[in-house]
Amino acid sequence: MTVTDTARESVAASLEQDGVQSHLNPPPSYDLTDHPVPTGREEVWRFTPLKRLRGLLDGEPSAASLRWETELPGGVTLTEVTGDEAVGLGELGPNDRPSALAVAHAGGARLLDVPADLELDEPVVLHLHGESADDLVWGRLVVRIGAHARATVVINHTGSARYSAITTVLVGDGASVNVLTLQDWDDDAVHLGRDAIRVGRDASVRHTAISFGGDLVRLHANVEYAAPGGEAELLGLYFADEGQHLEHRLFADHNAPRTRSNVLYKGALQGEGAHTVWIGNVLIRKVAEGIETYEENRNLVLSDGCQADSVPNLEIETGEIEGAGHASATARFDDEQLFYLRSRGVSEKESRRLVVHGFFNDLIRKVGIPSIEERLLATVEAELAKNVLRDVDA
Amino acid sequence: MSELVIQDLQVSVDTEDGPKEILKGVTLTIKDGETHAIMGPNGSGKSTLAYSVAGHPKYTVTGGSVTLGGEDVLAMSVDERARAGLFLAMQYPVEVPGVSVANFLRTAKTAIDGEAPKLRTWVKDVNGVLGNLNLDPTFAQRSVNEGFSGGEKKRHEIAQLELLDPKVAILDETDSGLDIDALKIVSEGVNRFRAQEGKGVLLITHYTRILRYIQPDYVHVFVDGRVAEQGGPELADQLEAEGYDKYVKAAAARA
Repeated sequence: MTVTDTARESVAASLEQDGVQSHLNPPPSYDLTDHPVPTGREEVWRFTPLKRLRGLLDGEPSAASLRWETELPGGVTLTEVTGDEAVGLGELGPNDRPSALAVAHAGGARLLDVPADLELDEPVVLHLHGESADDLVWGRLVVRIGAHARATVVINHTGSARYSAITTVLVGDGASVNVLTLQDWDDDAVHLGRDAIRVGRDASVRHTAISFGGDLVRLHANVEYAAPGGEAELLGLYFADEGQHLEHRLFADHNAPRTRSNVLYKGALQGEGAHTVWIGNVLIRKVAEGIETYEENRNLVLSDGCQADSVPNLEIETGEIEGAGHASATARFDDEQLFYLRSRGVSEKESRRLVVHGFFNDLIRKVGIPSIEERLLATVEAELAKNVLRDVDA
Repeated sequence: MSELVIQDLQVSVDTEDGPKEILKGVTLTIKDGETHAIMGPNGSGKSTLAYSVAGHPKYTVTGGSVTLGGEDVLAMSVDERARAGLFLAMQYPVEVPGVSVANFLRTAKTAIDGEAPKLRTWVKDVNGVLGNLNLDPTFAQRSVNEGFSGGEKKRHEIAQLELLDPKVAILDETDSGLDIDALKIVSEGVNRFRAQEGKGVLLITHYTRILRYIQPDYVHVFVDGRVAEQGGPELADQLEAEGYDKYVKAAAARA
């Protein structure tokens, strides 16, 4: 085969990919009529208790805002831009109703800009705080990481609100970025979020979603590639308590050759009515030869009355790949693990603590932000104290 | 005094067809400093004896008694038994993902002793024990039993035996699945343990091979949930030559 033939084939393949749609992740559209109000029977909504969205999907306009406090290292800017400017920057358009409503009502967007070649040692931290679950808040953010820049961005959600946000992360060629979104809401918050990431040539991105708080949290983390050679790691950690609904939906769209994606989400559930949903999806388009992908979800059920839904999906248009796989497992405390630890003199309480910390440890070690890692260990410990360790005599 | 006394122990396990009796009255005394081998065919109840004494929740004790140094073992929880001085080296050690060997060993040692070990001597002790068992120091950073080879799992069990230093060790088929080099290494570890004053060992095995490296004081033949024959080390030689057939037939005739 000549070089020209290869080029022609790859052009043909790129044309062909326009026809392919993921059944779970429709193409973006700024037209609100493309995103009708769901009934709850749709495949993408069937796990979500719509009533508990408290009217978010109705799409009432609102000028309320979260309180933003920021830690911006030198060179990094946060500015307001118009909606048209956001689109012009290459915003990844809304592909569900909540994100379309956020675009429609946010009244412009915020732009977080990390210029090209800037290498940051300190994280960019955005503290977003809501005053009340009665406040309806629409959010729209574009994060632009310039070529060959290196940055860590932490978005920390606290307080309460009914909040729907659309976030775009544009990663320049050769850049390396670590984005972490922490949902540490009060008990009554409702949070719908769509994070979409476009990975430049040979760039690498890690996106971590950590959800502990809120009555209902439903987050999308989507990744696509601007060019070959990009690498994405999508991590998540969640801990659902009594009555909480925590939902994470992942989508890796392999639309360029020699790209990689790796998804690992781990969650624990405790208390009556704790519900977690994890939907993983990977689309390997025809053009995406030589890619490698793996998605994994593990859940640890710590008490009766919990429900963990976990559905990995894989849509493959080409077999010319390095590797593709997925795994999903939901388990209770393993009696054999507890017996093994206790047979070494370790109390039941301490054994349970070891098993749960062990379950989360490998994930926490991958987060790559020391201050967050310490906080996560402490939060896991605090969550354990609520239930797992409470009824057990030391 | 750390005598382990098992008297008329009866144990059943729940099955789909209701409870099934596995141990039908086992009597055995391991005095200070003695090593006893329990040999028997598969399914004779050897492992059930080990796990019942350690307190595995799967087994229900329906009669008899177990005491260690006069204390009622059956009244203790699993971890209390370990803290009282019992140790079970398991045939199939369990994986605990995300918990490092180092963390596990220190947590167990702290639990057994009731206080954290002195850091400086502890690190030296751990490295010494791992080294004697041909385990690399990086071994301590791996997750407990995760991705270990069969030989590494057994050597890790013996490392725990040496570091936790119980009064009585029950070794459940520690020799199974080991090649001859690993068997020698593991046996040396057990021999270091029992060279100390007053340590009791209950060695459960299917094969006589390990008894060439760990000399027992007494040998018990275990068939159909009972001790069918007892004797000295010479009984092992007889089993090597004749097998378990005669005991199995006798038990079948009795049933």
